[in-house]
Amino acid sequence: MTRMKFTKEHLVKYMLTLFALSSLLFLFLIFIFILYEGLPLFHKIGLKNIIFGFKWAPTKGSFGIFPMIVSSFLVTLGALFVGAPMGLSCAIYLSEYSGKKMKMFLKPALELLAGIPSVVYGFLGVIYIVPLIRNHFGGAGFSLLSTSIILGVMILPTIISISFDAITSVPKTYREGSFAMGATKWQTIYKVVIPSAKSGILASFILGMGRAIGETMAVIMVAGNALKIPMSILDPLRTLTSNIALELAYATGDHRQGLFSTGVVLLVIIMVLNYIANFGIKKKVIK
Amino acid sequence: MRIKPRLVDKIVRICLNFQAFFTVGILVVIVAVIFFKGAPHVNLGFIFSSPEDMGRHGGIFSTIIGTLLLVLLSIFLATPLGVGTAIYLTEYTKQSGFTKTIRFGVESLAGIPSILYGLFGFIFFVIKLKMGWSVLSGVLTITIMILPTIIRTSEEAIKAVPRNLRIVSYSLSATRWETVKKVVLPSAIPGILTGIMLSVGRAVSETAAVIFTMGSSLRLPTSLMDSSRTMAVHFYILAREGISMEKAYATALILVVSILLINVIAYYLMNKMISKYS
Repeated sequence: MTRMKFTKEHLVKYMLTLFALSSLLFLFLIFIFILYEGLPLFHKIGLKNIIFGFKWAPTKGSFGIFPMIVSSFLVTLGALFVGAPMGLSCAIYLSEYSGKKMKMFLKPALELLAGIPSVVYGFLGVIYIVPLIRNHFGGAGFSLLSTSIILGVMILPTIISISFDAITSVPKTYREGSFAMGATKWQTIYKVVIPSAKSGILASFILGMGRAIGETMAVIMVAGNALKIPMSILDPLRTLTSNIALELAYATGDHRQGLFSTGVVLLVIIMVLNYIANFGIKKKVIK
Repeated sequence: MRIKPRLVDKIVRICLNFQAFFTVGILVVIVAVIFFKGAPHVNLGFIFSSPEDMGRHGGIFSTIIGTLLLVLLSIFLATPLGVGTAIYLTEYTKQSGFTKTIRFGVESLAGIPSILYGLFGFIFFVIKLKMGWSVLSGVLTITIMILPTIIRTSEEAIKAVPRNLRIVSYSLSATRWETVKKVVLPSAIPGILTGIMLSVGRAVSETAAVIFTMGSSLRLPTSLMDSSRTMAVHFYILAREGISMEKAYATALILVVSILLINVIAYYLMNKMISKYS
């Protein structure tokens, strides 16, 4: 009896170890297969011609994705420009100003924004934001501006929930000390709470950037997908993610490999952003 | 001239108040627009009849079935894997290089955008393993995509179970697995279910990873090797190709209502977990 128990315990432990290893296996597979399909073209065409090439004409042998890299960063910064101040002020309001009952209502409502499918954001962007920009600012409406607005709203939940956690984890004694010196509530928040929560807030911005740079369907719908670097906020653009999604369904041969090369560049950018957010910044928070 | 700190304080309070309600306002507007534009076109016939003429006429029945198949099967696969991983990380090991590596894997998986899951699923399941555009390819891709969510929420839930419960169980000479199975897991269930519901929401609203692995056939799938279309993909195609605005709004309504329901259930379960142990 005890012996059976013993072997069963071991069996369970091995099983669970295998389960835990599966995540690593999946990550490994994803890397291997995207790299396997994407790297040969870097060898054939040249790293420089892909990353700094201006012309994307995959059926004619040009695989330059520089405009898309620039566009991806531009929409990400635009999204941050829209989403960061909004998200941070919501987080401050939630943790410092709102009452308990208000919080019970506001927090889940704000988290619901994360649940709305990205295609719905894209659709409403096309129906309402794009014509608004076309009529008031000119251009086609499908633009850096419309994409930044949509993405800015989409990254709000990430920014709010992570900076909220950072702000609430600032010890209460810091605030009491500040109040005792005669500081007002806002002076306390501005001079004591936010500086102490700085790294967590920064992490929320970077994770928000990661979300914005990886977003695909909403961007395809509102960005206009033009193959050049936007010169104004009213110009259309095409990001790395949209490039993959627009052409993957019918691409073959080198063209398909070119899309995987785009994926490799995206993967590298995302890994760097996540690394900065998770290890560079979070570690400091714990200290 | 210096503005008085107390005045600044008041202005800031008003601004932040406005900002918070403005943000909630965005959510309310989104839901309201979808509801009022979609509701006139939604009825039982829309839900239970199959799409005709690329979705221009008829309903969305086959896409509901496609969505259900995708969600149920990927949850069925991801739950044991995810909860198992969470149990392993919390109950069976101490912090070590090995667990750090696994956590790094989970964090990285969580950060990968869905289009890259689509790219991977397309080359690995659809092309290399020759599964084609099929329900199976879609399910396997989404399983990997939702795994990190399930692992992280289950880990939180298991960690929240008080230590005393475990100590009592061990003192009754229960083994580790008996303790996990009879004491830890039952107490952690609401938290684990929250993770599952959040994953369901993610799978229902996913487009990029699904469209390149499951395809977009409008026919009712009869086997796992058939291509099928989810509601989110159907909505995307209706809207992007301008097939029918009424049908697009109606599909969006069903989509958004399901997401709201799923989130409300997740939130309810989370509160249950919190009130249980604090």
